[in-house]
Amino acid sequence: MTTRAFVGRPTAGPREAADWSRGQVLSNDLRSVVGRAFPRVRGMAREPSWLLFEILLPFLTTSSFVFVYQALHAPPEYIGFVVLGGAMTAFWLNVVWMMAAQLYWEKDQGNLELYFAAPMDVMSVLFGMAIGGLIMSATRAAVVLVVASVVYRVQFSVEQWGLLLLVFFLTLAALYGLGMVLASLFLMWGREAWHLTQLLAEPVYFVSGLNFPVAALGRIGALALATIPLATGLDAMRQLAFSGSVGPVFLSPEVEALILIAMTVLFVLLARFMLRTLEERARREGRLTVRWR
Amino acid sequence: MSAQIVAPAIDARGIRRVYAAKPEPVTALAGVDLEVHPGELFGLLGPNGAGKTTLIKILTTLLLPSAGTARVFGFDIEKETKQIRRIMNMVAGGEQSGYGILTVREQLWMFSQFYGLGSREGWGRVDELIDAVGLEEQRQQRVSSLSTGQRQKMNFARGLLNDPWILFLDEPTLGLDVSAARAVRELVTGWQAAVPGRTVLLTTHYMAEADELCERIAIVDRGRVLAIGTPAELKQRVQRESIFRIELDRLTGGPTVLARLPGVVSATAAADGNGGGEGADPRRTVAVSLVLHDDAALGGVVGALGGLGSRILALRKSEPTLEEVFVELVGRGLEDAEGPATNGSGPIGPSRPETAHEPGEPEPEEVG
Repeated sequence: MTTRAFVGRPTAGPREAADWSRGQVLSNDLRSVVGRAFPRVRGMAREPSWLLFEILLPFLTTSSFVFVYQALHAPPEYIGFVVLGGAMTAFWLNVVWMMAAQLYWEKDQGNLELYFAAPMDVMSVLFGMAIGGLIMSATRAAVVLVVASVVYRVQFSVEQWGLLLLVFFLTLAALYGLGMVLASLFLMWGREAWHLTQLLAEPVYFVSGLNFPVAALGRIGALALATIPLATGLDAMRQLAFSGSVGPVFLSPEVEALILIAMTVLFVLLARFMLRTLEERARREGRLTVRWR
Repeated sequence: MSAQIVAPAIDARGIRRVYAAKPEPVTALAGVDLEVHPGELFGLLGPNGAGKTTLIKILTTLLLPSAGTARVFGFDIEKETKQIRRIMNMVAGGEQSGYGILTVREQLWMFSQFYGLGSREGWGRVDELIDAVGLEEQRQQRVSSLSTGQRQKMNFARGLLNDPWILFLDEPTLGLDVSAARAVRELVTGWQAAVPGRTVLLTTHYMAEADELCERIAIVDRGRVLAIGTPAELKQRVQRESIFRIELDRLTGGPTVLARLPGVVSATAAADGNGGGEGADPRRTVAVSLVLHDDAALGGVVGALGGLGSRILALRKSEPTLEEVFVELVGRGLEDAEGPATNGSGPIGPSRPETAHEPGEPEPEEVG
């Protein structure tokens, strides 16, 4: 038996060991983000089934809309709209089906209790989950985008690459901020929240304008732009990736970028508040970290 | 180092915890006072539902008490949670934490990041601990394919990643076979002894485990601490008389001869021996169970045996078990207290289903 491992890192005593500088606290939080993102990224390489479920199947869905537009002799940029929407679907699915349910699942596994008992800020866990999911989804989205663009010969017309990239990353930030909020909601309401998400899945798909310009929906579209990050981001990205294309427009990409920033800040703050509240409630009521509850 | 630790490792005063349950609130802890010294391996012994896990959850900052205060190395469990979390860790029996898709090494590294270890430092620490707990061959094995015993060794390694000053072990050998349970117990004592001041609070409902591991034990039942002391002190509570088993080459007249001696309460043929006296097999040795008022009476018995021409072949003092202490204090056996579905005899039988709280404890809903 290696006793050296049992000696570990000597400290003068428990009081000194508990006295962390701000730098140590920050470093611990950042490392925790990386630590929690780690299983997602590692898991990608170990579960090849995602190639089928998250690339081939979304690609087929995208293709069906492409065929419809082709049959209707729609303007060629509409094919591009659908491909872009198909790529972004990966992020949305990741947020709704994986990120949102993650804390609830962590509770069932017994992980949540260990997270709460560790010295890091639990927001680090949420950020880690988000970044891990984002890396995973970005790979999938890139594959769908490239393959579909090649297969259906999509012609992009980008004049503001910088703004397009900014909007893309802001969309992801806002989406995963929403994911953090949903994760806290799921933890609090469990199955009820799951059912609610299922109920809302299709309407959200519809008003997000994954396969058509959302402005075509009139007031409902405007409402979606103001509340659903996927709708806002997609609309801005469409305008930027297919500049000069036809189709109704409510807001300019610059304004939509600002909305996305506001959404990101709001969602992250809301998630932080909810997580703090949940932790407090978990300690008070004793059930949120307990499995099978 | 230990000279610098002035505060008790655990100082709990009047801890109460009430869960709102239907049809009426249930009191899981009914005013627990407990002081654990730095460097102590302290056991909480009690049946399922006694409140052990609830107390651990409160001390590990996961649950607030309904009333009372508690400090861990001087840090308040309500207000100084971060400080406590930096110096403690916890491992529960039957724990299924982590991600099955990761290897043992990767899983432990992930947890090391939650305790502020640098990336390279984390990998190094993980490798050291994997070797220390004897999981060298499982290093690159996926967590999902580990056996229960291997998994618990990995959990134990996880609990040591941050070099905690206090380690909370909640039924750490639950569901393990004899060999795996022994390995875990050896790890606990080996780790605790390596650095002075390291403290372990262990909950168990295995009497032998508590007796073997713990320097002091608190017997807990229905949310109350019924007694605290070393195993020897606790046993002394029920040992009002001295009991000896004496083995002789022969005993003319049988055990009744000894029963008449001063200070002897009773002398009977030991259940497993030849009682001597009329009709006894002269080729066999004689075993007698002696109950004396106190140890001092033994001298008179030995002298009398010499006079009777008996030669003492073996003499052993019988000690009461913790089970007897438990029965004395609680008024029922541990197994009776647990009900028929649980296994209170030791870490050999089938494990109970995994639950984060003990099956007998109320299902937590809200604080009272």
